[in-house]
Amino acid sequence: MTINVSRRGFMIGSAAGTAALLVGVNAKGVLAAGSGVAAATDLNPFVKIDADGTVTVIIKHFEMGQGTTTGLTTLVAEELDADWATVQTAFAPADNERYANLFFHAQGTGGSTSIANSFMQYREAGAAARDLLVRAAAQNWGVDASSITVENGMLKSGGNSGHFGEFVAIAATLEAVEKPTVKTPDQFKLIGSDKLHRKDNTDKTNGTAIFAMDVNLPGMIYAAIMRSPKFGGTVTSFDDSASKDVAGFIAAQILPNKAGVVAFGKNTWAAFQARDALSVEWDFSQAETRSTDAMIADHKALLDAPQFDANHEVPLASVEPLLANATKTIDAEFTFPFLAHAPLEPENCIIEPTENGVRLHDGCQFPTLTRPMVAAALGLEPSQVEIRTLYAGGSFGRRANGASDYNVEAAMAFAVSGRKVPVKLVWSREDDIRGGYYRPMAVHRAKIGLDSDGKIIGWDHRIAVKSIMKGGPMEGMVQDGIDPTSVEGVTESLYTIPNHGIGLSDFQTPTPILWWRSVGHTHTGYVMETLMDMLAIETGQDPIEMRLAMLDPAGTNQARMIEAIKLVREISGWEKGDKRGFAAHLSFNTCVAVVADVTVEDTSVHVNKLFMAVECGVAVNPDVIRAQMEGGAGYALCAAFRNEITLTDGEVDQFNFPDYELLRNAEMPAIEVAIVQSNNAPTGVGEPGVPPTAPAVANAIFAKTGKRITDLPMTKAGFDFV
Amino acid sequence: MQYQLKINGESRTVEAEPGTPLLWVLRDGLELTGTKFGCGVAYCGACTVHIDGYPTRSCQTFIEDAVDSEITTIEGATDKIAQAVQAAWREKDVVQCGWCQSGQIMSAIGLLTENPKPTDDEIKEYMYGNACRCVTYVRINEAIKLASEKLEA
Repeated sequence: MTINVSRRGFMIGSAAGTAALLVGVNAKGVLAAGSGVAAATDLNPFVKIDADGTVTVIIKHFEMGQGTTTGLTTLVAEELDADWATVQTAFAPADNERYANLFFHAQGTGGSTSIANSFMQYREAGAAARDLLVRAAAQNWGVDASSITVENGMLKSGGNSGHFGEFVAIAATLEAVEKPTVKTPDQFKLIGSDKLHRKDNTDKTNGTAIFAMDVNLPGMIYAAIMRSPKFGGTVTSFDDSASKDVAGFIAAQILPNKAGVVAFGKNTWAAFQARDALSVEWDFSQAETRSTDAMIADHKALLDAPQFDANHEVPLASVEPLLANATKTIDAEFTFPFLAHAPLEPENCIIEPTENGVRLHDGCQFPTLTRPMVAAALGLEPSQVEIRTLYAGGSFGRRANGASDYNVEAAMAFAVSGRKVPVKLVWSREDDIRGGYYRPMAVHRAKIGLDSDGKIIGWDHRIAVKSIMKGGPMEGMVQDGIDPTSVEGVTESLYTIPNHGIGLSDFQTPTPILWWRSVGHTHTGYVMETLMDMLAIETGQDPIEMRLAMLDPAGTNQARMIEAIKLVREISGWEKGDKRGFAAHLSFNTCVAVVADVTVEDTSVHVNKLFMAVECGVAVNPDVIRAQMEGGAGYALCAAFRNEITLTDGEVDQFNFPDYELLRNAEMPAIEVAIVQSNNAPTGVGEPGVPPTAPAVANAIFAKTGKRITDLPMTKAGFDFV
Repeated sequence: MQYQLKINGESRTVEAEPGTPLLWVLRDGLELTGTKFGCGVAYCGACTVHIDGYPTRSCQTFIEDAVDSEITTIEGATDKIAQAVQAAWREKDVVQCGWCQSGQIMSAIGLLTENPKPTDDEIKEYMYGNACRCVTYVRINEAIKLASEKLEA
């Protein structure tokens, strides 16, 4: 069969005798339509319509709970005028070109980009499909296309009516328009609607949703890995004699990279027990052997002589003499611990042999990274690695890993198992908490110089943190030695700050680190918004008024932030002298402003309520946005209150949830989220709720107690949270 | 060893070693994967099932201790209270990643079985043992309230 990759679609009589219309982009990035068979090989569409009228939206992003399945479906269904209630979804296969994130030019989910990069792409796919169906119906009925109306998956013209499926056969023979007309905002029925329910609502409430860990394959064996107790250690020898006493134990082997020993079992429990019974000798010569206190001290030493000037226009050296002339200075030093992501579904991956290579079953966040890494580990071509993307039980950044660590582990386990049967690698919670890829430890030091009028004359800001990007696949983002994820949130501050010098030093440790929901903003947002509160207090200004005065409304994002701040001030009823806390931060192109209301009794803090306002452009799914603000705020609170990963002589001190406590039901404050009405292009919401939440709470605690919290978690300042 | 279990109203025979947590028997042996593994130490509640009607952590229940009991998993939660809870969960759009939600729902069913009209504080106290990393608690509590109202109506 010849497959045409132009915009002409083919009608192919399939064996089953059913037709399907598929619309998407072809390899050249041009909208294309085709039948089911053609599309399977060449068109890789976003929209599939079966002969029975069933509309299936192909989801190029993975679903970790952020709501993208619902969001992308909304975009297509809006333009297609499909029946929302019956639209189905399916995850896209690994295909770097056709299913690329348009912002990354690679297939992957992250940086709160799913809706932002897909907004026009998915709408145009829906609009193109609608146009094809309309023209097909016009041809079939012998009427003018302009006489046809489309609503809820039905086409009508005069006395004629029919569902989408009745016209897919003809539609697939037509040529898709290159640039379909999309709706204007006043025509939206689904985008912006508060009445749509999540598409993953049913299967996640009756136990039928399938996550990678839920996949059971015939003949499958289970794997658990004993990793070095100190990061960077390697295996020298092991003894599995005690594992042999475990019923269901199959075998143990050193991983090819010597990073650990894998134990195979007939079920997960046997694999865990056999792994725990292993006795392993380690070489720690390249391993991290420091304790947390020493690592903090080493960060602080780096602050004395920053390696890089992150603000090219204002070298730190130019700020120092200005500060010497200051009437008053605000000085502060901040420390942030390593943090585990702790997605509730522990890391796991299945690899099964196929005729052509292997198939991964994974909640796969970055197929573009994972596919070649797994291929390399198995000596295969990337094309021989098929990825079946499943629901992910959370990620928070953990699964977007340049090293594809747990996928590669699964590949190595599969390799040493003999490659004949499917291997399921499962991490225990202890593996997850102790397994690295943490939010990096970070230390900031700031000195703000004020003149006699309380005006800023210079701001010396220094950051020491391990680079996330250096040495990884995204190293190309590093410019002049500066990893943007180390300084974002300070370098791109929206405030007008004269003489803002920013120094950066890269901390070095074998401890693997990674982005954690909102990345650098997890620490930069806290520091900037705490400093702004200190500045307001020092200069006797209202924290909100002061910030508004430091935002230039001529700037696009500044203007958006002003809207968010004014909205949160309104919904919270903020007044001058308010004893609540305020913070606002831009991240991932979204502005979020927060007011936190806390009660403090002695040292016990209860967060009563959070008010949040968000400016994220067009609100595609307002309720999903609210859910992401709620979740982001809760995620931030949990870490700020009490989470830290600490090391003693290089070994992680924490094991599981009893010593890395999650936020509990009763600890979640009431929360009110308001969305700024906006016609700007949509921006992300998965992460931006995180950065301003903890500083808003810290500023509220200051307002109530006069105690400034600069070392996280907040328990270090003597507070407990109830 | 072979064990006879009463799960979701059916008698099931499974092969397992004594001391195996019920969780892994359900997930690996019986492919009832709606019950989730989160921590293995009864600290997150993702593995919550009903044993003789009471929400119980299956990760800390040995198979030999479950043989004479009626076990209900999310797959078998179909009674009136379960239906009300699931409907309320959907109406409030509670779920995000979904991994903890089977356990949350099994606990919520347990709560409403014991206490058809729980107060806000009673809900928060009862649900304390079910952790949600996506932090959907506000909606969980709203959904429990809604389910309670539905059942009363």
